[in-house]
Amino acid sequence: MIEFIKHPWAWYVAGPLIGLTVPALLIVGNKSFGISSSLRHICAMCIPANIPFFRYDWKKEMWNLFFVFGIFLGGAIAVNLLGNPDPVEVNPKLAAELAGYGITDYNNMVPEQIFNWESLLTLKGFILMIIGGFFVGFGTRYAGGCTSGHAIMGLSNLQLPSLIATICFMVGGFAMANFILPLILSL
Amino acid sequence: MQNHSNTDKDLGLPGSDELCVNQNSLPSKWYHNIKYLVIGIFFGIIFVKSEVISWFRIQEMFRLQSFHMYGIIGSAIFVGMVSIWLIKKFDIRTISGEPITIAPKTFNKGQIYGGLIFGFGWAITGACPGPLFAQIGTGATVIGVTLLSAIAGTWVYGHFRDKLPH
Repeated sequence: MIEFIKHPWAWYVAGPLIGLTVPALLIVGNKSFGISSSLRHICAMCIPANIPFFRYDWKKEMWNLFFVFGIFLGGAIAVNLLGNPDPVEVNPKLAAELAGYGITDYNNMVPEQIFNWESLLTLKGFILMIIGGFFVGFGTRYAGGCTSGHAIMGLSNLQLPSLIATICFMVGGFAMANFILPLILSL
Repeated sequence: MQNHSNTDKDLGLPGSDELCVNQNSLPSKWYHNIKYLVIGIFFGIIFVKSEVISWFRIQEMFRLQSFHMYGIIGSAIFVGMVSIWLIKKFDIRTISGEPITIAPKTFNKGQIYGGLIFGFGWAITGACPGPLFAQIGTGATVIGVTLLSAIAGTWVYGHFRDKLPH
């Protein structure tokens, strides 16, 4: 059993389990699945700066911060107790492309050769970690949700705006990964 | 809360998007939130074990080099859809007996502009907001900077919200 858990899980195991988060949150406390809101609550809690968008009772949204703190703990538990000793296996085409940028270490979820403290203040590291993160926070709030709130929760509830948002996530991601990211990784 | 919705109306802006309208009217203590922590822990474990939070898996997805991510997102949506249908069909209530309500999403152009910008960020960092938390948990401490930057991005959006096209 433990051997089974330690191996990477197939999509047909993980996907349905992720989908079950939707009814779990609804039944446990009438909460709509959504993660990017946590970033807004952190702003409202720490730096509201009298901005109307951050002036609301964030204490009522504490559940969301407990949820994301749980995700952080879950990440730590999975890696330390249930970790897969083997590197991530990717499509050979991707491995060949990434080798061209000097990315050859597949031992972590994040490629440590480009995401690390030393490279944070290089141009490449700054774009990857700081600009990239900014886009995630700015874009999700502007779109009113992320992969969880729009793609999973919104589509599960048959919301047309969520379909539009999800299509735009994918279009943006395809454009970045195929046309712009190669230039950034070549820096 | 009340304040917030009024301000939105005054500014002629779309509603508070998916911000949960706190449907839970029953008084709750902080420790009631522990159940969300537990769901989060399970969720984080699934994220790591299925490699959803792997930067490499996201790169494969955006290059159409693997079915893995599409299978996960697709089957998650399918299960979510059937669950919501069952909840509505059988009028299933929460464990404290309240009727389940889900706020509808309203369309505004932000879903297009913001969606594209988030797509850029997703492909660069290999993470949406949830995986950022899990990646830090796996020991990639530098992703804490990416998370802070994402919080800054959310703040900047809030600051310029009334000047942005919606």
